[in-house]
Amino acid sequence: MKDVINFLFVGVGGQGILTASDIAAGVGLEAGYEAKKSEVHGFSQRGGVVESHVRWGEHVAAPIAEKATVDFLIALEVLESARWIDWLRPGGAVFINRQRIAPMTVTVGDAVYPSEQEILKAVRVRTDDVTLVDGLGIAEELGDARMTNTVLLGALSSRLAVKPEAWLTVIERRIPPRYVEMNRRAFEAGRRVAG
Amino acid sequence: MNNPASLARRRLLSGNEAIALGAWEAGVRYAAAYPGTPSTEILPALAAYAEVKAEWASNEKVALDSVIGASFAGGRALAAMKHVGVNVASDSLMSLSYTGVGAGLVLVSADDPGAFSSQNEQDNRHFARFGKFPCLEPSDSQEAKDFTVFAFDLSERFDTPVMVRSTTRLSHSKSPVKVRMPDDHWEREPLPPFERKPGKYVMIPAHARLRHPEVEARLEAIAEYAETCPLNRVEWGDKRIGVISDGISYQYAREVFAGFSFLKLGMVYPLPEGMIREFASAVDTLVVVEELDPFVEGQVRAMGLDVIGKEVFPRTDELTLERVREGAAKAGLPIEESRQPEQPAAEELTIPGRPPALCPGCPHRSVYFSLRKLKLLVSGDIGCYAIGVLPPFEAMDMLISMGASIGMAHGAKQAGCPDDIVATIGDSTFFHTGLPELANTIYNAGAACTMILDNRTTAMTGGQEHPGTGVTLQGETTHKIDIESVVRALGVDDLWVVDAMDVEAVEEAIREAIAIDDRPTVVLVEGECVFVPGFKRRPVVAVDQDVCNGCGFCFRVGCPAILKADEIDEKTERPKAEIDPLLCTGCTVCLQVCPRGAIYETEGEEA
Repeated sequence: MKDVINFLFVGVGGQGILTASDIAAGVGLEAGYEAKKSEVHGFSQRGGVVESHVRWGEHVAAPIAEKATVDFLIALEVLESARWIDWLRPGGAVFINRQRIAPMTVTVGDAVYPSEQEILKAVRVRTDDVTLVDGLGIAEELGDARMTNTVLLGALSSRLAVKPEAWLTVIERRIPPRYVEMNRRAFEAGRRVAG
Repeated sequence: MNNPASLARRRLLSGNEAIALGAWEAGVRYAAAYPGTPSTEILPALAAYAEVKAEWASNEKVALDSVIGASFAGGRALAAMKHVGVNVASDSLMSLSYTGVGAGLVLVSADDPGAFSSQNEQDNRHFARFGKFPCLEPSDSQEAKDFTVFAFDLSERFDTPVMVRSTTRLSHSKSPVKVRMPDDHWEREPLPPFERKPGKYVMIPAHARLRHPEVEARLEAIAEYAETCPLNRVEWGDKRIGVISDGISYQYAREVFAGFSFLKLGMVYPLPEGMIREFASAVDTLVVVEELDPFVEGQVRAMGLDVIGKEVFPRTDELTLERVREGAAKAGLPIEESRQPEQPAAEELTIPGRPPALCPGCPHRSVYFSLRKLKLLVSGDIGCYAIGVLPPFEAMDMLISMGASIGMAHGAKQAGCPDDIVATIGDSTFFHTGLPELANTIYNAGAACTMILDNRTTAMTGGQEHPGTGVTLQGETTHKIDIESVVRALGVDDLWVVDAMDVEAVEEAIREAIAIDDRPTVVLVEGECVFVPGFKRRPVVAVDQDVCNGCGFCFRVGCPAILKADEIDEKTERPKAEIDPLLCTGCTVCLQVCPRGAIYETEGEEA
């Protein structure tokens, strides 16, 4: 669909992907777009791959984007950026949290976790617009590893016309009050990294 | 862009949340469900309203039976379940069609095309045709809310149960919904005394025979109504192509066939034949886009109409924009081509799979580790423990439906299977359908061993209460049914109760239980799921790198917190183990299995 902005959040169960995509969808609505988001729960979530689509536009029909049409791919885990790269439109933007989470297949020795260079090489087949973020490191420094997703949202926000205040409004709504200030700092730190 | 005043009243709701909101707006008095992906979130959303009595039922049939009682008593009622849950409830459902309803009765069936979290991909629209009642299919959250309200009215107008069919993609997608102001609540008044109508509500054969013609007449009346039903609508565009579509499929079709004509079906059974004929005659090419079975297509073909459908669109898995686009291209329809690159970007890269795993601290770990070690034949069930079939455990040999583990193990034994066989079942699942299965094994003097893995919650669906937890959906304290007492009362004397975190005790109990081969045995393994509120983490464990020799034994417990370290052992030339302190819960299962004693408990504070 024309004039639709497509986001795809990917990572591993437990990384806060659903929260991040909820916030991104909320920001779209806040900014006056029609927004849709889609995710999958249940069996696939237990330490498995998690993906969540967000779409903003004046009119949005399908809740998931088509392959090769995603404008922003946000990978909370390095390997997942390569798994999902074909969803990106050529030249789209990729944000990668430089955290490696070994799948069970790697730990038990059935598979090998590729190097970051190998992964980035695959990603760069589709785009040069790659932003690497030490989301986990920044979040830990600010007091809580669980804010990694907020750092990535900050980085993403720097590339969109929507004002940061809109993001922070939605983050405030979505997060328990005692974590809001911490998350504000995480968001701003992410914004600076990418900016 | 919308003006700020209207924005303030639009909220992003999932399909499930929207269904709950619609039910509340329709004044539903009673709702019941058994948790099951993708339907689970409907009931917790309804439970938040004080006007509604909302409950977790012990299984889907119980949920529907309770809802039928509420409806007969004059209260609007809703049952929600996943597609396979309707199979469990279908005994009552088929006769509910005969009795009709008292007050409005809505059954939400949340199907799972793509089998994201299910054992099959069955298409429950067939139940509507099978049972001869209407089926509504919303396409976004706004419709999910509106159609649910509509369903209650429809149910009362035609004296029929109404199915609202959702799918994973609808239930778990969020889209804007206009929400009424919060002061728009309603009061829960007592109901008048029960209106006795035995001819309608008591399905003895004599009554059932008289009700059947009513069902046929009702179906005809609803089919006639379908022609003007506001949920079915034509959207005229370019008439070279006319697309008939329903549910979430409509959203994909709307993008791929942008600009062409649509017949959007909100009621997929019974179909508006006149409307379909008229639409078909006005367009050059008729296309049906629907997920899974050719449910609409088959009926359209039976009308003698020529249509493009499942010869180009897949019958399996969920639809996506690309699958609809590929199908349209295959049929030679004039739509925009796919922009997908031919070669995958990561062509030269082998991307390791990331299958689901038991969480760090999961009480099922010791069980499947032991079952693998003992090389037993394992009959499994529906729940997180199905992960036991995956590496590194690979300790499950059959799994078919909820509660079935016990019956399958029993039957295998009765048929003369020489293997030592163990059925594994969860606590919520035990109350769901495990109880009658175990009663059957005991009654028939079966010799299978049943392991009940009591993690004190319905874990896979996100941690719902059940008859063994002592808490209701709406947070009231209630009687906690004690599984051990139940098993003893059923007549099992050979019962072992073991702590899930004691690996040796688990293994020993299994050994002793399977040594008995002339009567049923039960091993009750107790250990809380890490997601149970109040779960206590213990100090994390760590690997002494000077002692670890990279034997890899701890990797075989399949814990996501145990990683390969960068350090390689000089002698074995294998990577040593390390433990991610962020993920570790201190369950000590790895510590217990380490043959070298290289894993130790840290002094960390108990969180």
